[in-house]
Amino acid sequence: MTPDQVLQIIDFTYIAAVIGFILSLKWLSSPVTAMRGVLIGEIASGAAVVATLFDARVTEHKWVIIALIIGAGIGVPLGMVKMTAVPQRTALSHAFGALSAALVGISEYYVGVPNISKFEMAEIGLEVVIGSLTVTGSLIAAGKLQELKWIPQRPIVYKGQNYVSLSVLSAAVILIVLLVLYPEKTFLFPIMVGVALVFGIMLVTPIGGADMPTVISLLNSYAGFSASLLGFVLQSKVLVVAGALDGASGFILSVIMCKAMNRSFTNVLFGAFGQVQTSATHAKEERVVKSASPEDAASILSAANRVVIVPGYGMAVAQAQHKVRELYDILTKKGIDVRFGIHPVAGRMPGHMNVLLAEADIPYDKLMEMDVINSDLPQTDVALIIGANDVTNPAARTDQSSPIYGMPIIDVDKARTVMVIKRSMAAGFAGIDNPLYYLDHTLMLFGDAKKFVSEIVQNLSGSGGH
Amino acid sequence: MPADFISSLFVFILAAFLGFELIKRVSPLLHTPLMSLTNALDAIVVVAAIIIAGQHETRLSTKLGLIAVAASFSNMVGGFVITDRMLSMFKTGKAKK
Repeated sequence: MTPDQVLQIIDFTYIAAVIGFILSLKWLSSPVTAMRGVLIGEIASGAAVVATLFDARVTEHKWVIIALIIGAGIGVPLGMVKMTAVPQRTALSHAFGALSAALVGISEYYVGVPNISKFEMAEIGLEVVIGSLTVTGSLIAAGKLQELKWIPQRPIVYKGQNYVSLSVLSAAVILIVLLVLYPEKTFLFPIMVGVALVFGIMLVTPIGGADMPTVISLLNSYAGFSASLLGFVLQSKVLVVAGALDGASGFILSVIMCKAMNRSFTNVLFGAFGQVQTSATHAKEERVVKSASPEDAASILSAANRVVIVPGYGMAVAQAQHKVRELYDILTKKGIDVRFGIHPVAGRMPGHMNVLLAEADIPYDKLMEMDVINSDLPQTDVALIIGANDVTNPAARTDQSSPIYGMPIIDVDKARTVMVIKRSMAAGFAGIDNPLYYLDHTLMLFGDAKKFVSEIVQNLSGSGGH
Repeated sequence: MPADFISSLFVFILAAFLGFELIKRVSPLLHTPLMSLTNALDAIVVVAAIIIAGQHETRLSTKLGLIAVAASFSNMVGGFVITDRMLSMFKTGKAKK
């Protein structure tokens, strides 16, 4: 084969790979065809990698193969993490993806310099800046999710933060412009990379846990668009397409997460989120809550016909999902209709609760979206809330002065009886008091989610059935 | 403006709109696997990294390229492995025995 023919075969492989990527996403739309989607994605990616190894520009194969083996060696364990660790794994993979895109951009610069056109310089600059800030931003996000000790968990907020962050970002942009205007000043390039790395850190440190679904989606989108930009630099259409698909996906997820929290998108784009003030200075009059024991909870549940369980991050923290499955099994056996109401931002990343419950073997057709479950809640006997707080706060519907006013919530207060498993009366992430707890038909079940659910299960299996 | 920029822009616009249409249809049930799958697909950056590392232009570009190959290939492998694992957990009530 002539080198030209080889090149053509490689190009056609890339085109086939792009078709594979598109089908892969198309088939992911439903759980029935999703597996097929993964398979075609794997075939498409694998074919593209193999074809590239035959590219005439690749003269040194040994080290490339070794790097591929190392990559696979890192990738397999990262693919085998526990389901509770999926949010931090995802953040880490955004970092790796962006790192790769940034490093290729940096290499491209140093190989090309000083013969880089102004236009290419602008492309490379933009690509490397977005890639670099995504690397550090994602690493910080992964660290927060992994709850590393040396990364502050609480959002770090100071006065004038947005101005400082925006100045750092502007500095990076100015450096790109300078590099375009004065290409001979190559020393500016590493400074630009450094400034972008710093900006990535500043972007994510002000953000608390409950905003992580938005941040992860946003970093997803940045990682995708940096790959797409790299495609512009290298004139590689396969990168342009794959990056655009990934970027679009992250973008849509960020928009969905924003809507689910009633935040504006511009607010998020500039990293000015996580600013929910804890200054809810309510007059703390003494209000009574009714609490109940596992026995009470068990008898109320066994008398019900329809039960809706609303899980939140607390369920993941307490590792309660398997106990929840036991509860689901025992109630279902008694002929009680049990379903789950999933808020889009419940957990630490989009879809987090669904994955945890699916892992615990709960059939996915019982996992309901917010809108679906809300129309059924008025006809529901018991709403059981496990480790969720702000997403069930009726103040979002009624109290205009509440910081979360307007946020769509799961209307658990409309169920006949509400039961809330909670450690104590401490306020949720947003520091907002939840009027749900003081309602006449609300029972507080104080204790650790896992322990409490298993006690309910014990009571249920002891009392009836046999 | 260079001609290849324009053609890349065409491709980008089309792919982005196609992406919006495709991803809008993905059930919220599968948003976590969606993110890990797009991550794995995005790891196609590895083909650019292979060329940078394999063409041996300078020592720096080779080294950075090799790191990029390992980083993106780990995403590709890890992303597909975890997406596969997650999707195999999603079962309907009927499929469960």
